[in-house]
Amino acid sequence: MTEVAVPVTTRKDWASDQDVRWCPGCGDYSILAAVQFLLPELGVRRESTVFVSGIGCAARFPYYMNTYGMHSIHGRAPAIATGLAISRPDLDVWVISGDGDALSIGGNHLIHALRRNVNLTILLFNNQIYGLTKGQYSPTSEVGKVTKSTPFGSLDTPFNPVSLALGAEASFVARTHDMDRKHMQEMFRRAHDHRGAALVEVYQNCNVFNDGAFEAVTGRASREEMVIPLEHGQPIRFGADGHRGLIMNDRGQLEIAEVADVGEDAILVHDETREDPGLAFALSRIATGPHQPTPMGVFRAVERPDYGSLVDSQLLEAQARKGAGDLQSLLRSGTSWTVG
Amino acid sequence: MTSTTESEHHADRRVQLVDRVVIRFAGDSGDGIQVTGDQFTTESAIFGNDLSTLPNFPAEIRAPAGTLAGVSAFQVHISDHDILTPGDAPNVLVAMNPAALRANVGDLPVGGTAVVNSDAFDERALEKAGYGSNPLTDGSLKGFRVYEVPMTSLTLEACKPSGAKARDAERSKNFFALGLVAWLYQRPTAVTENWIAKRYGKNPVVVEANTLAFRAGYHFGETAELFESVYEVPAAQHEPGTYTNITGNTAVAWGLLAAAELGKVPLFLGSYPITPASDILHELSKHKNFGVRTLQAEDEIAGVGAALGAAFGGALGVTTTSGPGVDLKAETIGLAVSLELPLLIVDIQRGGPSTGLPTKTEQADLLHAMFGRHGEAPVPIVAAKTPSHCFDAAIEAVRIALKYRTPVFLLSDGYLANGSEPWKVPSVSDLPDISTTFAPAADGEQPFLPYARDPETLARPWALPGTPGLEHRIGGLEKADRTGEVSYDPVNHEKMVHLRAARIAGIAKDIPAVEVDDPSGEARVLLLGWGSTYGAIAAATRRVRADGRRVAHVHLVHLNPFPANLGEVVRRYDRVIVPEGNLGQLTRLVRADFLVDARALTKVQGTPFTVTEIEQAVSDALAELDEPAGQAEEESR
Ligand SMILES: Cc1ncc(C[n+]2csc(CCOP(=O)(O)OP(=O)(O)O)c2C)c(N)n1
Ligand code: SF4
Ligand SMILES: [Mg+2]
Repeated sequence: MTEVAVPVTTRKDWASDQDVRWCPGCGDYSILAAVQFLLPELGVRRESTVFVSGIGCAARFPYYMNTYGMHSIHGRAPAIATGLAISRPDLDVWVISGDGDALSIGGNHLIHALRRNVNLTILLFNNQIYGLTKGQYSPTSEVGKVTKSTPFGSLDTPFNPVSLALGAEASFVARTHDMDRKHMQEMFRRAHDHRGAALVEVYQNCNVFNDGAFEAVTGRASREEMVIPLEHGQPIRFGADGHRGLIMNDRGQLEIAEVADVGEDAILVHDETREDPGLAFALSRIATGPHQPTPMGVFRAVERPDYGSLVDSQLLEAQARKGAGDLQSLLRSGTSWTVG
Repeated sequence: MTSTTESEHHADRRVQLVDRVVIRFAGDSGDGIQVTGDQFTTESAIFGNDLSTLPNFPAEIRAPAGTLAGVSAFQVHISDHDILTPGDAPNVLVAMNPAALRANVGDLPVGGTAVVNSDAFDERALEKAGYGSNPLTDGSLKGFRVYEVPMTSLTLEACKPSGAKARDAERSKNFFALGLVAWLYQRPTAVTENWIAKRYGKNPVVVEANTLAFRAGYHFGETAELFESVYEVPAAQHEPGTYTNITGNTAVAWGLLAAAELGKVPLFLGSYPITPASDILHELSKHKNFGVRTLQAEDEIAGVGAALGAAFGGALGVTTTSGPGVDLKAETIGLAVSLELPLLIVDIQRGGPSTGLPTKTEQADLLHAMFGRHGEAPVPIVAAKTPSHCFDAAIEAVRIALKYRTPVFLLSDGYLANGSEPWKVPSVSDLPDISTTFAPAADGEQPFLPYARDPETLARPWALPGTPGLEHRIGGLEKADRTGEVSYDPVNHEKMVHLRAARIAGIAKDIPAVEVDDPSGEARVLLLGWGSTYGAIAAATRRVRADGRRVAHVHLVHLNPFPANLGEVVRRYDRVIVPEGNLGQLTRLVRADFLVDARALTKVQGTPFTVTEIEQAVSDALAELDEPAGQAEEESR
């Protein structure tokens, strides 16, 4: 078979003919645009690209992509995508999920897809609210959140999706936000190119039910002092002229410091490839909510065989050892006897 | 020590010819009873008997030794003619300890034979089993032919040359029992000796000990002059061919491998361990060289989800489970109904509700399979009727799934799953072609219509990711006819509900009409069964006819849709009796669909129907029908 060159495409080729039906001003629009602008650059084919989603506002995403897609059921996208990715290693499988979808009803499937390292690119649209069901608190909502279902304030401690993913043995974990298309594209590209399960948490504004949830971090005015950019091999610095940075204090904890006070050499150099996820986890705990300086970028990117390849090599090994399966001999493989 | 309760005199040993015998091995769950039963079965199969088996084990892996809760049993029915059930009651009970005797002796008919391990009847063991006095001496076993054999001490003695420690040697006593029964029924011994060598090959001491114990049991029979006669159950007449003994679960697994090959689609199994379905996962996991991908998922929802995802990609997606798992899968099965993709859900039914009786059989998931989803979500149902029929039923269920692009339920149960029977191995070239087609690539000029339908089957195209020009989105939201786009239009929804229903109902045209087993054509009573009741119903039918009375039998393999002629058939009979292992689920469907006064014969004891129970129901119905009209009319009010 001759390899036919991947056709040159533009954003338009990747957009379906469906009207996009998110609320005007919703952060989901800019995430959609980032993906549609990115795909022509990835050298992939529309027919080999599949978006699988669960249920929620975010989960409508596949309808807007001119690719293969499945809008499935609440929380189950990682499981469904696992079956697809394992049985069709030739496909590029993306999972689109919300914070309720991925971390509440579908939490079990998410952690298992991550630990197995199934070859999936998982985008988690975190708006810290249930959008589609009109504004109940979610597993990422801050304690005390007042919503329709928590008129006296929510009591539950939220998940930090990055911490959760790291704890679930994820080989690739990143965070980005809907106000920075360039950064989103960079994170999505990295996640796509990663072989295995890649999770990108996207801070997404739900301007109807949780407007401004991330404003303190991602807003244009605050960003410089509140976003901690993670760049592999670079000292972790932020703020105007990088006047602040992360250090490891003498109690072994990460801490934000003024570079002028501690000296440049004390600033932690980011290494996303560390085998031990401990430091990445510590990084994810720097901010306990989107009101503190918050790391954005790739927390962890390590090589680990993806599940589908492992499954396939077992099949090949079995065939090499036992020969290709022969049905007729299988049916006679038990204790058998002949009559007549 | 050795004595019989009946007679002390040692008559010359005779060979008694019997046409069938039912033997039940019973012991502690740590005693290797299932292995013993399996081996006796294999010996008998190779000898050429027809046979049917019924394993029965506790839900606990090792309940406290010596207690009633820990008793494990294996019943095997062997015969010189074709038989249909593992037998209503044992003729011979082999009891390895007091608990095994106490738990099983109630099933032994008067005059039946009990072979007991007399070494195990010490005070402690008797107490654990709840015996106030020793049944071997207190006369309570009067009426049975009891053979007391000190199996433990004889095994220890026999195993000495192997060098096995006493504790280990004692564990060979099940092989002593097997040897003894093998002698009693004149079974070939090489089969078991070879099997021992292969199975325990890694541990020569164990091979040696088991072999010695097995031989000792055999020789004990021969030399001890305890038994007056040996029995011979001659080989049955089987059609020429190659046979193997197969359990229902193995037959399902092999049927799935066959169906994937016949359907020309790769097999994907997403499953979560659950009794009594796990063995299908185990079996398929062994056969990776067939290209089958098996995923032990994080839960049942993920198991069926992964299978559905694989189906979207063009695989034969299968999930195997039991009742509690079916509960969890319901939402995903509904999604598959909406997506109109092939998917197979195998439900090995067990006693419910909830955790219920995990290791016991029941047929109470029929209505669950039929209606256990929200919305109008019809799913075809195929039910296997014997262990070996699980093979054909699996292929048939897959055929329907592939051809009609639909999830399909395959129902089996604990009785079929673990029970076994000889199976004439089919020639692969005789198996049906069930292959399907995928939508071909397109140039993308015309919009692709993922919900356009084949006019014959009403099935939609199976358009696989990777195919240029067919990019499309599917999902659980209602879809517009033909285009598959999201549609909230009420009239379209009604149309789609009807189309989905019509597609499943239309399968009736594509399945065989029911065969009525009614040789005279004049029976007034019909036994209508489904699933694993087949053997007991067919055997009861024979008994009734042997008596010169008439009864008809129809056995359903397709439960949704019903075969096209079922209504006409059930209306022909004055009385329709539906034996089923639930409280009347098929009965309800038949009454609702055909407005006939079908009556359920129910049993939910975790065990299959006995032939006698069904025969009795027929006798009662026949008697009632013969009563004067006035009275019958009154009763039918
Ligand atoms: C089984 C099931 N339970 C509940 C729902 C209702 N439901 C739909 S979306 C949703 C929450 C969505 O929140 P999130 O995942 O955060 O997505 P968002 O709408 O915020 O993008 C819920 C509870 C459902 N569709 N299915
Ligand atoms: S409810 Fe919120 S998340 Fe959903 S579309 Fe509207 S703005 Fe976006
Ligand atoms: Mg949300």
